[in-house]
Amino acid sequence: MLDIKNLHVKVEGREILKGLTLQVGAGEVHAIMGPNGSGKSTLAQVLAGRDAYEITEGSVSYDGGQDLLAMAAEDRAAAGVFLAFQYPVEIPGVGNTYFLRTAMNAIRRTRGEEELDAIDFLSLAKAKMKLVEMDPSFMSRSVNEGFSGGEKKRNEVFQMAVLEPKLAILDETDSGLDIDALKIVANGVNSLRSPERSMIVITHYQRLLDYIVPDQVHVLSGGKIVRSGDKSLALELEQSGYVIFGEEAAQAAAAGGGA
Amino acid sequence: MDARESLLAAYEASKGQIGLGDSDRIRTLRRDALESFADLGFPRTSNEDWRYTSVSKMTPLEFKRPSSFQPDGSASTELQRLRSVFLGGTAGRMLVFLNGRFLPELSSFNGEMPGVETLSLAAARKSHSDLVEKHLARYATLEGRSFSALNTAFHEDGAFVHVAKDVAAKFPIHLVFVANGPERPMAIHPRNLIVLEAGSSASVIQSYVGLACESYLTNVVTETVIGENAHLEHFKIQQEGRRAFHISDLRIDLARHGVMSDCSIAIGGSLARNDVTGNLRAEGAECHLNGLYMVTGNQHVDNHTTLDHVSPHTISRENYKGILDASSRAVFNGKVIVRPDAQKTDSVQSNKNLLLSENAVVDTKPQLEIFADDVKCAHGAAIGELDEDALFYLRARGIPRAEARALLTHAFASEIVDRIRWDALRRRLDGNISLWLSSSSSEAQEVS
Repeated sequence: MLDIKNLHVKVEGREILKGLTLQVGAGEVHAIMGPNGSGKSTLAQVLAGRDAYEITEGSVSYDGGQDLLAMAAEDRAAAGVFLAFQYPVEIPGVGNTYFLRTAMNAIRRTRGEEELDAIDFLSLAKAKMKLVEMDPSFMSRSVNEGFSGGEKKRNEVFQMAVLEPKLAILDETDSGLDIDALKIVANGVNSLRSPERSMIVITHYQRLLDYIVPDQVHVLSGGKIVRSGDKSLALELEQSGYVIFGEEAAQAAAAGGGA
Repeated sequence: MDARESLLAAYEASKGQIGLGDSDRIRTLRRDALESFADLGFPRTSNEDWRYTSVSKMTPLEFKRPSSFQPDGSASTELQRLRSVFLGGTAGRMLVFLNGRFLPELSSFNGEMPGVETLSLAAARKSHSDLVEKHLARYATLEGRSFSALNTAFHEDGAFVHVAKDVAAKFPIHLVFVANGPERPMAIHPRNLIVLEAGSSASVIQSYVGLACESYLTNVVTETVIGENAHLEHFKIQQEGRRAFHISDLRIDLARHGVMSDCSIAIGGSLARNDVTGNLRAEGAECHLNGLYMVTGNQHVDNHTTLDHVSPHTISRENYKGILDASSRAVFNGKVIVRPDAQKTDSVQSNKNLLLSENAVVDTKPQLEIFADDVKCAHGAAIGELDEDALFYLRARGIPRAEARALLTHAFASEIVDRIRWDALRRRLDGNISLWLSSSSSEAQEVS
């Protein structure tokens, strides 16, 4: 489904990803863990098509050999890539329903499928809202405006349920959530697991992986995958912390968070 | 001949035709106004009130008085279409003016509204001479305003709206001003008088449209007189022709606890200047000014507002938003005066601008003159571009870039439009905005 080879990425002249290689097969769930500043969010944004990043080396092949890096963000979405944002954006004046129907129909148009009318869309949306226990009143509000942190994250998973991507990238969907909200979000994600859908779950905490059990766990540190293993690797990290990755991780962490 | 000379000559030539039913007072006013205009000429950029707006495109033109006040074939069809668009199937009154003159055969009066009188100013001069005499030109003082002087000297017709004491006008009153004539360029000087007696309420929608693509000048003065506890909801939708000049002077006189909600939408014209002056002369008066301007190409729009808090406990809220594309230019000057007696004044002003192009320019200037000490006054101005994070969020969900830009731009405008409670008007404006967005030049470039 996804084949990342030797990916180097710069932001404002500074190299964040330094030769990242990762393969995700169809239907697999991969967790990417790592300290702050290791490049987790950069990877997520680069895969979704944000322009602000300079790709200096490497390739990303998606779903039967498509050159993902050559595609515009909207074309990636139409091809089935979905990013659940770490910080979903508030868009005053654009209603949730209108936004999501526009998105869905733009994708359907690109795929040569028929557009959904307002009524069909609403019944679909209602069914999907139940997955994340979202109150229908959210649909009539502006996109993420005035939503709590947990509501925003639920809205991301709800959008994912509606758009049914082939590759979902969840960027710290767990951060800022209490246990109850985390369970709701995780249940939503688990219900979307399927043999046709791959997922990359980016997280800082092992806690999420108690609820979303990954096929593989990777440790990203200093812009590279430094270790890969099964879910037991996450437990190991929980006990020892990222300190086992030594100086490289410490340097990356010192270089600043959020990149 | 330049514009000033041609206008003065036109006045001489039409002496026997305009102002026939004038009272002595108005006759004197006209003469004084003409002298004032002859003296002042067109405003120059050395005049602080016109610093960022040059009328040099207008001054070489030889303006003529319109000679035709009947629509020709194609204009007639277009007017019929506008009628249905503007009324949108709702009841209400609609007064149509062609080249500044009332056109009764295209006007409609469906919807019974006892106590609400809507007629042409020319007719009101005769039938309501006492009211006209009491109010006309009592509020629009000239104070060095060239264009208002010009209007006062030249005005022939316009709308007269009168709402009797304690009457709530059920349906909106549409005033539609259409420009279309053989004269090139023509100068039209509509004059409107809207009087709400104590305890009454009404909604008045002024629309300005140009059917011809030639340049012409609309130079309108509207006086609104809002009695005690009366409430006027007023809209001005300016969609003049692409080469038109639109100059507007709106005066708002507010009695005790009188409320004005004004909304000014400016989309058309090559040069548009919108002056709004609210006189909160009595205690508890309230004035809300909302505005939206959308310009592209080489359009220039200038909004000058003045809110004069004269008495205590007066409230003003102002929210003007602008969207600028291509090489357009916008000016916003929002003056708030709080007089020494106007304690407990509560005033909030905001002007936000969205630039869609690197070549667009905005000059925004809040101007507070506060002479009282126990007041609440806030103001803010912002100039920005579309939010890149929001744009990426939409694109990452599959919405193409151009569509995402249009969606965000529309959302910026919707803050002003969404609060309009008349469905037909709101839908019409929403449609206008969509159309504007799909035809605006840098949008088109984005797509390609």
